[in-house]
Amino acid sequence: MLAWLEQFPLLAAGLAMLGLGGVFGALLGFAAVRFRSEGNPIADQINALLPQTQCGQCGYPGCRPYAEAIVNGEAINKCPPGGEAGIQALADLLDVEPIPLDDEHGEEAVAKTVAYIREDECIGCTKCIQACPVDAILGAAKQMHTVIASECTGCDLCVEPCPVDCIDMLPVETTLRSWHWPLPPADRSPADIIASDCDVNQAVATSHSQDRDQAA
Amino acid sequence: MRRIHDFHGGIHPAEHKSDSMAQPIQPAGVPDVLVLPTGQHIGNSALPTVAPGQRVLGGEEIAEADGALSVPCHAPTSGTVLAVEDRPVPHPSGLSALCIVLQPDGRDEWAEPRPFANPMNADPLLLTQHIQQAGIAGMGGAGFPTAVKLSPRPGKPIQTLIINGTECEPYITADDSLMRERAAAVISGSLILAHVLGNPTVLLGIEDNKPEAIAALKDAATGSGVEIVVFPTKYPSGGEKQLIEILLGAQVPSGALPADIGVVCQNVGTAAAVHHAVVNGRPLVSRITTVTGEAVSRPGNYEVLLGTPIRHLLALAGYDASVNQRLVMGGPMMGFTVSDPDCPIIKTSNCLLLPTEAELPTPPPPQACIRCGLCAEACPASLLPQQLFWYSRGRDHERLEAHNLFDCIECGACAYVCPSHIPLVQYYRASKAEIIAQRQDAERAEHARQRFEARQERIERQAREKAERREARKRAAEAKATAATGDDKDSDPIQAAIERAQARKAALADAGSKD
Amino acid sequence: MALLRVTSPHAHGAQDTTQVMQSVLLATLPGVAVMTWFFGPGTLVNILFGSMVAVAMETVALALRRRPILRTLDDHSAVVTASLLCISLPPYSPWWLIVIGMGSAIWLAKHFYGGLGYNPFNPAMVGYVVLLISFPVQMTSWAPPRGTGAELPSFLEALRACFAPQTYDAVTMATALDVVKQNSGLTLEALWRESPQLGRWAGAGWEWVSLAFLAGGLWMLKKRLFTWHAPVGMLLSITLLSALFYDEGSSASKGSPLFHLLGGATLFGAFFIITDPVSSAVSNRGRLVYGALIGALVYIIRVAGNYPDAVAFAVLIMNFAAPFIDHYTQPRTYGHRVRPPT
Repeated sequence: MLAWLEQFPLLAAGLAMLGLGGVFGALLGFAAVRFRSEGNPIADQINALLPQTQCGQCGYPGCRPYAEAIVNGEAINKCPPGGEAGIQALADLLDVEPIPLDDEHGEEAVAKTVAYIREDECIGCTKCIQACPVDAILGAAKQMHTVIASECTGCDLCVEPCPVDCIDMLPVETTLRSWHWPLPPADRSPADIIASDCDVNQAVATSHSQDRDQAA
Repeated sequence: MRRIHDFHGGIHPAEHKSDSMAQPIQPAGVPDVLVLPTGQHIGNSALPTVAPGQRVLGGEEIAEADGALSVPCHAPTSGTVLAVEDRPVPHPSGLSALCIVLQPDGRDEWAEPRPFANPMNADPLLLTQHIQQAGIAGMGGAGFPTAVKLSPRPGKPIQTLIINGTECEPYITADDSLMRERAAAVISGSLILAHVLGNPTVLLGIEDNKPEAIAALKDAATGSGVEIVVFPTKYPSGGEKQLIEILLGAQVPSGALPADIGVVCQNVGTAAAVHHAVVNGRPLVSRITTVTGEAVSRPGNYEVLLGTPIRHLLALAGYDASVNQRLVMGGPMMGFTVSDPDCPIIKTSNCLLLPTEAELPTPPPPQACIRCGLCAEACPASLLPQQLFWYSRGRDHERLEAHNLFDCIECGACAYVCPSHIPLVQYYRASKAEIIAQRQDAERAEHARQRFEARQERIERQAREKAERREARKRAAEAKATAATGDDKDSDPIQAAIERAQARKAALADAGSKD
Repeated sequence: MALLRVTSPHAHGAQDTTQVMQSVLLATLPGVAVMTWFFGPGTLVNILFGSMVAVAMETVALALRRRPILRTLDDHSAVVTASLLCISLPPYSPWWLIVIGMGSAIWLAKHFYGGLGYNPFNPAMVGYVVLLISFPVQMTSWAPPRGTGAELPSFLEALRACFAPQTYDAVTMATALDVVKQNSGLTLEALWRESPQLGRWAGAGWEWVSLAFLAGGLWMLKKRLFTWHAPVGMLLSITLLSALFYDEGSSASKGSPLFHLLGGATLFGAFFIITDPVSSAVSNRGRLVYGALIGALVYIIRVAGNYPDAVAFAVLIMNFAAPFIDHYTQPRTYGHRVRPPT
């Protein structure tokens, strides 16, 4: 046998590779079975990053279905409430490049909103109650309805079904507790700039991110 | 002699304290109108108990505490409630909040004072309640309800009560003048606080730049058991954590409270307020506020009724608006700018600083960080401020938390020494707020997800139940029909099966259309 | 009444970056003066021309990067880089050498990395090393110092050396470090007797130039422009190593501790180069380590390497290591038991 192998070195090498492949393949296979981790299925992890407004702007009936769609290859940029930060988080999780928000599905809201029912106009039709994905509207047939502001995700879904248009989306007001200093502007525009400096502020957005890359 | 410890970092800014110490404390008088915010402390705002038009006496409660983490408000003098409405309050945001607007009638009639009889033998719990009812919240600047700090925590006995007379910020002399002129009240209040806490060691910490106050306190403390501990002047030795390290050589673990290592800190102003509340039965309706800076011609310390508009104090102190560009409430290191001089003085307002432009120039545009490391040297929390700055700019929240951003006490020492004038503290404040907001968003999202899933489940269950009921009804009807006709018409199993299938289909279609 | 709304702190310390840079420039003056006294006006011409080139290059870079020009030029960092590089260059260097050096320092080392504060390497030393590797002949021809017989060039001749190098007949002489490095067979005592340029301790003129830079450095230290850690670390480790390996001046000797301290760019480097905060370690402990390792590298390269002096190489190598040192010298945050991870 050995002599035969010595006679055909090329064949021997091939056999050795095959043998090694077989051994390691078996080992990997064994490890895969033996040490299988029961971690979060990826859809759960994605769902945890979605804002759970259940607004359906992505084209799916809720955040969970969109999470499952992402697992199956849907783009990660269809969630306006999550915004750029959400896309970044998804990109980090899935290890893909972040892409800008798809504006077909809406724009990232500047301020958070909550639904508010003008109660004297409400006719008690319960249509909004059925539309609310998180059961944040209280009321019964022919009774005035109201929104539990703390439960409202600001998804907008109740506005459309209202036959008398008595639901407003109001921006959440800044209170003494929610107010905070903003980050200083990337580059404070000075008063004594010379002519070539006038587009500094526009340039800042791009150069700022460059700076970050370089600093990292 | 107690061993004094040092803490890392710190700075020695120009003190400017003598400016406001030329005169003793002066009464600021009664202004035309008093604006009393219901939230002058940390925690839930008080709930107004008066209505516009109502007449109130001095010391009468006009808003009650909303829960344990809250304190009531009292009328500083007799008068009529003009309104209960949103007014600008002293806050860096410049926002408005609910205030009780009181028009003093000038008669200063007071409700019967309710002193606490024989406090040194009283039940600590009753005393704590009395202190809360007097509306006392930390007067050093944070405004934490004092009663909360005094409430016993099971398994955590208090070994040391630290009375904070440090007043390490430049310009401010409110505590200094209080200690000079009313040392007895400070000591008496400290003893009451000590009694409530189960008689721990009482240390009164004070910087060595206040010799008169030290002498007065030592005099008043003779034989009382309160130990006056003098240590070198350095900013921010008055920070609670730093003071504990100076006096005890121990650090408060990150995320824990001083009480976790058996320490409670109270400000000297708070101690004096406790004395007034317990011994004299007067609620907290006034405080000592320093008015200083080069834009006022008569800097000094004023005894001010809470709710007094800043404008009134400025007029008293000879304010020259033409040379002043910023109105700082608090000191030059941690104070915040107030944009409306109609804002009132509140329980935490220890100082009004009116600098001229030459005195505290408008911050120039920041230059590049040259990583000089002066900030890290100055940081009393031993953080790496320039590293936190990079991560803040990059919004790298994970790294910020890993580098202990939340141990930053926002003392401003880093920004003070920064040669590039980078507003470091603003970066940290904004980043902290963003991280907290993100955490809250995540919590809200999780909550919404649960509600959404619960609703999905309920809808499915209802649909299923409906279908089942329909099925059951159909079957019952069929059974009835077969029972009625069953005997003469022999049962045809095939026919029955077809009927059943049709019924099921109909039921499904029905359920589907409802969905 | 328009009141400012700004975040605390409202007070600010006296230091600002522009002033720091100006002070560094001031602190180089004694050294430059002594250099001029010993070597003639060559260094002065270098600095004047180099600063103009550096400012022009900085302006171009800022314009291309669309950054505020006047405000950034105001930090004086370009002039500081130019001065430090020009002090390191041999006097009477031709203009193109200076231009290439500035290009490497300002563009390659600084703006390619994002400008002041972002550069991982000391720009002046990058410029120096690029030149040293590319033009070894020009970079090692030093003018003979006063007192070694040669006549010092006039200011006009210095200008000619710079702008019309082909018409300038340079007189050069090996530096003290060179002489000791090339020594074969003589005891140090004999070597000192034979070579006038060795001066009293570490090179005629050189030792005084070094002492003048030491004076400037001590002044900056007194003004608290930097902490003592890096310079002390570097000087200590050079002294220790050279004392450890000093053999009382045999023919194989690599020089006494005094020779290593006063010779070459040791003191200039210790106070003007490694104290550059941008490219050094950040914490005080880290700077002590950083300085000590630079000192060790300087000694090792001087003794065992190919180049007579080694400050630039040592600094660049340790610039690489600065983040690593930072990682291991992070302070323990108040209230924590362990240091934060990086």
